[in-house]
Amino acid sequence: MDITLDTIEDKIHSGQRLSKEDGLALYSSNDLARIGQLADSVRKKISGDYVYYNVNLHVNLTNICIGQCKFCAFGCKSSSDKAYELTKQSVLSRIAKAAEDPDMKNLHIVSGLHPDWPYEYYLDIIKTIKANFPLLHLKGFTGVEIMHFVKISGKSIETVLRELIAAGLEAMPGGGAEILDDSIRQILCPNKATSTEWLEVARTAHRLGITTNASMLYGHIETKEQRINHLLTLRALQDETGGLQTFICFPFQPKNTALEDSITRTSVWDDLKTMAISRLMLDNIHNIKAYWVMLTLPVAMLALGFGANDIDGTVGGEKIMHAAGVSSQKALSKNILIDAIREAGRIPAECDCNSKIIRTF
Amino acid sequence: MDELTRARQKACAGSRLSFDEALLLYRKASLLELGQWARAAKERHSGKNVYYNINRHINLSNTCTALCPLCAFSAKQGDTRGYILSPEKVAEMISRAMQETPGLTEIHIVSSLCPDTNFSYYTDILHTVRKLLPHVHIQAFTPAEIIYFTKISGLSIKEVLQHLKDAGLSSLPGGGAEILDDSVRQIICPDKASSAEWIETMKTAHSMGIPTNSSILYGHIETTEQRLAHLFKLRAIQDETGGFGAFVSFPFYPQNTKLAELYTIKPLTAWENLKFIALSRLVLDNIDHIKAFWIMLSEEIAQLSLAFGADDLDGTVGEEKIIHAAGAKSGSIMTRKKLNDMIVQAGYIPAERDSLYNIIKQAVPS
Ligand code: SF4
Ligand code: SF4
Repeated sequence: MDITLDTIEDKIHSGQRLSKEDGLALYSSNDLARIGQLADSVRKKISGDYVYYNVNLHVNLTNICIGQCKFCAFGCKSSSDKAYELTKQSVLSRIAKAAEDPDMKNLHIVSGLHPDWPYEYYLDIIKTIKANFPLLHLKGFTGVEIMHFVKISGKSIETVLRELIAAGLEAMPGGGAEILDDSIRQILCPNKATSTEWLEVARTAHRLGITTNASMLYGHIETKEQRINHLLTLRALQDETGGLQTFICFPFQPKNTALEDSITRTSVWDDLKTMAISRLMLDNIHNIKAYWVMLTLPVAMLALGFGANDIDGTVGGEKIMHAAGVSSQKALSKNILIDAIREAGRIPAECDCNSKIIRTF
Repeated sequence: MDELTRARQKACAGSRLSFDEALLLYRKASLLELGQWARAAKERHSGKNVYYNINRHINLSNTCTALCPLCAFSAKQGDTRGYILSPEKVAEMISRAMQETPGLTEIHIVSSLCPDTNFSYYTDILHTVRKLLPHVHIQAFTPAEIIYFTKISGLSIKEVLQHLKDAGLSSLPGGGAEILDDSVRQIICPDKASSAEWIETMKTAHSMGIPTNSSILYGHIETTEQRLAHLFKLRAIQDETGGFGAFVSFPFYPQNTKLAELYTIKPLTAWENLKFIALSRLVLDNIDHIKAFWIMLSEEIAQLSLAFGADDLDGTVGEEKIIHAAGAKSGSIMTRKKLNDMIVQAGYIPAERDSLYNIIKQAVPS
């Protein structure tokens, strides 16, 4: 039988899982509003009318990185004149300043893979932050960073995670997944965690009771089929562990990266389609995030109609995406996020780093 | 069957909507439902084509007798920002445009109601442009300007239009309509053409074989009912004359306007803009084309509007001062390639058109 939006809709309504072929058929359709509406109906069933956001501070400890990934505008060599390393003191004072806002409850810590910092340094940072700010929720370290720690410490994934958890880590972000296909990773990010390693870190974290997010970086050299495979890989992991909290799609931003001259940013049409298809394929993940920093607020708000139920946060201090020349503002006030959510006809829900609702408006 | 179900069915089937039905859909239907119906309506009107036009905008002056509170472009007489282009200057700009823009098919001229001109200045300008570009379409002067010309010349609407036509005018743009409700105009633009005058000008132009566009400026102080009633007024004119080629909605940008100082105006969101594009596609069943003006909406939202019933991205525009004065953030130059890409990515066929929607160049669907 030919796959059409009608057959897909029937499957969705009868609670059947979508196949890889369904995913590809969705991609080849341009009936964007219809795809969006299908995703919206699924969103309603899975996560209701709340839209999550959090008041958070991004801390990027350093941009010095041995990764040299081709899609990255943030990482650099230590000799670069944009290289920086935050001292423990300046990390603490940044947090102290952000914590003057009583709503600020979440830290988001991701960084470059520093060539010289020892593993103990990271443990120490986490402990120090926790000691000084015991009430803040600490989300940090992508699967890629964890693998880096594994290499520099000689310890196992499990030991590294146990130690970080003991030091105060409460959740992990979804970055570094890119496309979980080593033929692509080999070209774009050969120096960092492989697909298997990334999955193993997530699996281990889930087993140890830490929830993580998952992401997809799209719009570079990958095919639509590789995107769908990526989603199916995450769906299979989630079937196994149930530990994935939120899925985030990152449209690749070529500006200031090694791919700048060969690739233009994908269209917003693709962004919303990908958002909707992710919601439809990932039937076992609760949250789909429209990361406004990458999409801009107007598009992130529209994405709430295309399957998303999370708009990320106020992202004070975000550096990584802004290095890639995204045109969105550096940070947004909570009220702007609340307004955008309301205007989309939904209920704003302020949450912690584990997507637990703190309060609704 | 309840009214909402009935309205939904009519929108889906493409039947003519009543005002009450449109209002109900505006309030109750979801954005994506409206989008799907509007896209189907678009395909009934223009199939898989999405149009654009290679044009050049010229704003002759900005000093204005009307000083509408809605306007961020105009300047008071004597203001240092004030300017008026001489026919020589316009000739220079046109020559430059001819070099810079191969395939230029339209010159688009809209300006303030300038206190320092007489009517012959405008016919001179048209002669100048016509001489340099004998075959280009000249779309110029909104009804607000036409009414102003009747005042400074003592001529009737028909006489003014005839003089302009003789001097080379091809069509009128759709601007100056704002909201065709005098209680609203009293606040947002008290000193320019009234609703009746705007309508009279359009009907006269249509009766003389001068095609025009139509528009709305929304998202300021008007109510939802007034916004929708405006669409129904345009639909009624179109039933009578058939002279509107396209409809374009201008979202109001409060920045730098007097109106925003006097009233608290909540800026429109992309959500609202797409919803309104969809709704206008559904209500204006007798107007063939719905423009999503990328300069106003941003390139991103203009592309998305193709899923919500728009079938025209307007043009590659040089030197559009009016909109940027009000703080629209889009860049002011667009390329053919970019427009083609935007359209192809949305699964449609790019169709470069002239001002009357004749196709000049069309990509072959792959
Ligand atoms: S993506 Fe991460 S690992 Fe790769 S270069 Fe950038 S900071 Fe380093
Ligand atoms: S909108 Fe037109 S008529 Fe009104 S002040 Fe501006 S330029 Fe003058």
